[in-house]
Amino acid sequence: MKRRDFLKSGLLAGATVTLPGVYGNLFARTSSTTPPAYDLVAIKGGEPDAMFDEAIKQFGGIKTFVKKNQKVLIKPNIGWDAIPERGANTHPKLVSRVIKHCFDAGAKEVYVFDHTCDDWKRSYTNSGIEKAVKDASGTLVTGNSESMYQEVSIKSGKRLTQAKVHELVLDTDVFINMPILKNHGSTKLSLCMKNMMGVVWDRGYWHKNDLHQCIADYSTYSKKPVLNVIDAYYMMKQNGPRGVSTDDVVIMKSQILATDIVAADASAAKMFGMDPVDVSYIKYADAMGVGKMDLSKMNIKRIIL
Amino acid sequence: MNSPLLRKIRIALSLVFFIATTFLFVDIFNLITPEVSNKIVFLQFVPSALKFIALVSFTTFGFLVIFLLTILFGRVYCSSICPLGTFQDVVNNISGRIKREKKRRFNFLKELRILRLSLLALPIVVFIFGSAVAINLLDPYSIYGRFAGNFFRPILAGINNLFSSALDSFKVYWLSPFEIHAFHVIPFAITFAFFALVFVMAWKKGRLYCNTICPVGTLLGYISKLSLFRVVIKEEECLSCGACARECKASCIDSKNKTIDVTRCVDCFNCLTSCPTEGITYTFSFGKNKEKSEEVNNSKRDFLTKTSLYLMSFSAIAAQVEKKIKATKPSTVQIFRKIAVSPPGSVSVDRFNSKCTACHLCVSACPTQVLQPSFLEYGFTGMLQPRLDNIAGFCNFECKVCGDVCPTGAILPLELEKKKLVQLGKAKFIEDNCIVKTEKTDCGACSEHCPTKAVHMIPYEGKLVIPEVREKYCIGCGACEYACPVTPYKAIYVEGNSIHIAAEKNTELKVEKNVNLKEEFPF
Repeated sequence: MKRRDFLKSGLLAGATVTLPGVYGNLFARTSSTTPPAYDLVAIKGGEPDAMFDEAIKQFGGIKTFVKKNQKVLIKPNIGWDAIPERGANTHPKLVSRVIKHCFDAGAKEVYVFDHTCDDWKRSYTNSGIEKAVKDASGTLVTGNSESMYQEVSIKSGKRLTQAKVHELVLDTDVFINMPILKNHGSTKLSLCMKNMMGVVWDRGYWHKNDLHQCIADYSTYSKKPVLNVIDAYYMMKQNGPRGVSTDDVVIMKSQILATDIVAADASAAKMFGMDPVDVSYIKYADAMGVGKMDLSKMNIKRIIL
Repeated sequence: MNSPLLRKIRIALSLVFFIATTFLFVDIFNLITPEVSNKIVFLQFVPSALKFIALVSFTTFGFLVIFLLTILFGRVYCSSICPLGTFQDVVNNISGRIKREKKRRFNFLKELRILRLSLLALPIVVFIFGSAVAINLLDPYSIYGRFAGNFFRPILAGINNLFSSALDSFKVYWLSPFEIHAFHVIPFAITFAFFALVFVMAWKKGRLYCNTICPVGTLLGYISKLSLFRVVIKEEECLSCGACARECKASCIDSKNKTIDVTRCVDCFNCLTSCPTEGITYTFSFGKNKEKSEEVNNSKRDFLTKTSLYLMSFSAIAAQVEKKIKATKPSTVQIFRKIAVSPPGSVSVDRFNSKCTACHLCVSACPTQVLQPSFLEYGFTGMLQPRLDNIAGFCNFECKVCGDVCPTGAILPLELEKKKLVQLGKAKFIEDNCIVKTEKTDCGACSEHCPTKAVHMIPYEGKLVIPEVREKYCIGCGACEYACPVTPYKAIYVEGNSIHIAAEKNTELKVEKNVNLKEEFPF
């Protein structure tokens, strides 16, 4: 018997019922400000929070993306029961600083979640992100309960045409994607598009049906992140995505901010020391028109602190 | 002493122990730390005695305290500390209320001495022969633990989920849903059978279970023959009116003959206030109570024979049960686990089977729910004992809570760094089931989840990579098996070690740590 059958049967039947909400495509962000001066900002040499302060300035502050009274979702990588120094999860300092910026811009609510691989409570706590979110007055939500996921269709998907997506992705006005740059055993690199595996329920399907294509397919889904912030402070060079010890990690003290998810991943791949073409999902997403992996025509701001 | 205070103290104490112990087993929020958990179960008789044997140490002397208490005051363990005892009181109380009887409806029953003594001897003999199976079926604390874990915990989870989903619809996230990852029908059914038995007996006859079946009740009952304080009838004051016997949920007062069977008295003190003449009292009365020999119930003589036949039939079933690794859609190569995986700290499957009483405290405490009750995965002697079920979860690398909470010493507490190198089993890779071979696409879910990188990816055809297991680094946590998306037979699974061994520490290639932070960006 599958665990879900048990949950749904008998005395728990009522418990898994969620009220049918109106979950349309609430992605259309009404923005009347001038477009940002840069497509991509890369920064290095500082602490995660200080680098973000400096980098977001180049985009005209977080208010370019977050308006008054909007609900914001920040999706860091909190996949593992590991301390920040292991470079497996997004740096808690960065998470807390981005939440603070959102509130300063007048955000009504800032939510944080991940569909973790390890036990979610232990991952939230030991990554330092639970405390970071609490300190910044954000709201931490579990991503490990199927009842919170809604079926959506991915119209341009080749292999992945349907997915169960966490309700916060659908319910919030602004989506900020905040992965950590790290090595990955099967996809070579874990980046922005790969981080989206943490907003869907059935990751096994992706693994079974051409992982790279599924990652690219999901990145075509209409509710896209408006800003991608790649944490490359602690960078896991090997044994990713989980890592074995701090021996796997180099201290890169870097960060990349971009609106184009493909460009963000391409630049981070280069920073890692790889050609983006070798990471198939970047290549596929580029071909599907999600974004551009050719950085040569981009307006890039490079900052070394 | 005839004060109603005694009864009130007894009720207050039982509620404290009952609520605390129950909460341990239903704690879906992981609020209780192992330290507190150890204190709550410290006085539980059987686990404490087993831990004493396992650790050969006086740090686990809870059962000695119970011996002492019994010699002083009689069966206070049964009246207040045993959660199954209080559970029966609760059931009987509800039954009394529903039946709307003003008076309780008990009367004196004869002692089934042969049955009681046989059921006391059975677990001891079986234990001496190296199996905890009879203890695990009969220990009242463990039985109650299974009730709470199997029935009350899902109820709490259901209530929690009801509230969390109601709050969720208002976009309030104070409560998180709690998902139950596995359900094992047969262990549940066995537990339910016990539940039904205890429930019916308590509903109809109060503490009949404690005074007929429970070996701890029998042991402490016979020890309390020596007790200094006890309930006695004052012959000169007693009118043989039977008021006390009607109140006696242990059915141990024979008011006609003015005797009390001290082996069955659970010190509930309900009788004290019932007497119109102060003819019954709780007092210092070592050896004063008169006893009369009773007739033996011959029909129960063959109980031992029947029991052993019944037990043997189970062993025959055990040999035939397929330990299949389940899932839902077709893959080709079938897998059968030969040895079930026992928890870290259990040292070996045999040792574990001989020490665990299957109270399921570790099952409740395990954050990933990988620990699940077994049926015959360990064979008959390990029935209901927890095993690692990698469909439900996997053993969290950074966690050692099962050993910290185990009240019997079946799972020994380990230092975290040591636990990370205990090999419970070895991952076995079945290439013919693997997606990389069958679908010719990348997957690597197993390697992603592997905490020691015992499972790593090596070049395959073209740019593809395929998993490879390096057994020396493998600790048998089952993360690979849990993560493997192939169905119905996984492409990677853990074969248990009958004796746990130490894995090698993976100290492969440290990365170049020197990074020039002033270097230009490569784009």
